[in-house]
Amino acid sequence: MSAGDKLTIAVPRGALMSGSLELLESVGVDVAEVRENDRKLFFDEQGIITMRPSDVPTYVEHGAADVGIVGKDVLMEQFERDLYELLDLDFGECRLVVAKPKGAAAPNAHALPERIATSYTKTAERYFASTGRQAEVIEVKGSVELAAIAGLAEAIVDLTATGTTLRENGLEETEQIAVCTARLIANPAAYRLKAEAIDDLAARLRAAVGARTGS
Amino acid sequence: MLGPKARVPVQATGEFSETVPVPTGTRDVLPEELALERGISLAILKVFADAGYREVATPSLEYEETMRIGDPRAAERAYHLTDSNGRILVARFDSTIPIARMAATTLAAAASPLRLCYLQSVLRPIEPKRGQSREYLQVGMELLGLDAPGGDAEAIKLACNVIEAAGIGDYRIAVGDSSLFGRLLDEAGLTADGAPRAREAVMYELVTRDLVGLERELDAAGLATAQRDELLGLAQARGGRELLDRAGAEGLSELAGLVEQAGVADRVIYDLGLIRSQTYYTGTVLEVYAAGFGSPLGGGGRYDELVGRFGRELSAFGFALNMDHICRAREIQGEAK
Repeated sequence: MSAGDKLTIAVPRGALMSGSLELLESVGVDVAEVRENDRKLFFDEQGIITMRPSDVPTYVEHGAADVGIVGKDVLMEQFERDLYELLDLDFGECRLVVAKPKGAAAPNAHALPERIATSYTKTAERYFASTGRQAEVIEVKGSVELAAIAGLAEAIVDLTATGTTLRENGLEETEQIAVCTARLIANPAAYRLKAEAIDDLAARLRAAVGARTGS
Repeated sequence: MLGPKARVPVQATGEFSETVPVPTGTRDVLPEELALERGISLAILKVFADAGYREVATPSLEYEETMRIGDPRAAERAYHLTDSNGRILVARFDSTIPIARMAATTLAAAASPLRLCYLQSVLRPIEPKRGQSREYLQVGMELLGLDAPGGDAEAIKLACNVIEAAGIGDYRIAVGDSSLFGRLLDEAGLTADGAPRAREAVMYELVTRDLVGLERELDAAGLATAQRDELLGLAQARGGRELLDRAGAEGLSELAGLVEQAGVADRVIYDLGLIRSQTYYTGTVLEVYAAGFGSPLGGGGRYDELVGRFGRELSAFGFALNMDHICRAREIQGEAK
C-alpha cells in the first residue's frame, strides 16, 4: 500500500462538476474523457465516478469511492456520516439562506410556527432549533422557490449562488445560514489503507487551491 | 418458470403484495448465512480460548444508570424500556461496560489479570436508509489487570490472529492514543479549565473528523503558528513507527517495540489523530480495517478508569468486531482473489 495505490474519486455532476474537473486536471488527473462523455458515469481508467451531488457522501462512506468532491451544504445535511473532511477546495461558493416573498409579514405576525419548505430538512431543523424558533419543515425535492410563491410554506431554505433565481421568483433573502464551498472528503478505511495516495492528492490540491486564490 | 420472452409487462398498480415485515435495520438470518457466520465465530472463539480467554455473556438489558456510568451519551441514545417497578432499562448497546461491571462485582474475587471474551448481539439506534443494522453480533475480548503497554500489545496481536482466523488476509490495525491530542492541547494552553470552549470546539472537530473545521478552530483559538501546525499535522499523521519520535508519543513508541517483537508490525498503522466516540477510553485506541471494505470491522482501546467506577481498581483493554462486517469483508476479499 503506497502512493502507487490508485484512488477512486467521486465527482459530483451539476454545478460543481466543471470546477471539480478543472481542479483535478490542474493536479494531473486525466479528465478529458469525463468532459467529453456526458452520459457515462464510470471511468475506470481515470479512477473517476460521477453522480448526483447528494450521493457523493454515500459512495464515499461505503467505500465505493475513496475520496470525493462535494459541497459543504450536502455535508451539513448529511452530518452524521462517517467521513473525513480533508480540505476546503474554495470553489463553487454558494450560500444557504432563508428566503421569503418580498414584503412578507414579520414572523411574529403568525400565531402558528412558520412553515419552511426545503430540500435541506435536517439543516433547516437544526438551524431553526439552534436559533430558538419552532418551525414546521416540509420536504420538497426541487424548485423550492415555488413552495413560498404557491403558499405551501411561508419561507424556504435553499442554496443560492447569485440570488438571481430568488429575485426572479419574487423572493428575498432574510437570513444567511452558511457559506458553502466545495470540500474534499475521504472514506475512513481508505484514509488509512491508502494514506499516502490520499495525502499526496490532498497536498497537490491544497497547493493548486493556494496558487489559484493567491494565498 | 417462465422464460424471459413469456413474461408479460405488468402495469404498476402502486401496491405490493402484503407481507409481515421486520423492523428496519433488523433481518432474519437464513441457514446458509448462519452456517457461514457460525463457522467464523467458532474459529474466532477458538483463537481466544487458545490464548487463555474464557467466554462470558452479559444480560440483554441493563439498568440505564449502569450504562451511564460507562458512557452517558451512548446510554441516552440506546433503546429504553421500563421494568414492572418503573426502573429504566436499556438494551445492551455495548459489551465492554457490562463486562467492566462484571469484573468489579460478580467476578470481584477472580484474580487479575482476567482474560474474558464474548460473542453476543448489541442493539443500537440507526440512521434510516443507510444500510446500518439495528442489531448485530459482536465478538470481542477484554483483558483486565494488565497495564499498558503489555496489555495493549497482547490485544493487538490477538486482534491480528482473530482476523486471520476469520479468513481475512488483507487488513490493517490503526493504532492511536486517545489521550495524546488532549495532552498537547494542555501544553498549548488550551486547558479544560482555562479555555473550555475553545478546547471543546477543537475536540469536536477532531471527533467528527472534520479537518477543515479543526484548522478553523485552531486558528480561532489564537495559537502560535508553530503550535497550530504541529497539532494539525498530528491530527493527520498516519504511518509507521517513525511517527512516534515526537513529544507526547512516548507511550505509543514503547508499544511499537512490543508490537514489533510480537511480529505484527507490518499490520499496524500508527494514526495519531485516531479518536473513538466511546468516552471511556483513556489511552491506546485501535480500529481494524480490511482492504476493499469501507467501514471499520471493529475497534477498541484502553479504559483504565471504567472498572474503578464500578468499585474495583483495574486497568483494562478490550476490542470488539462486528460479525456482519467480518462476513462481508471476507466475502469481498474472497471475490478479489
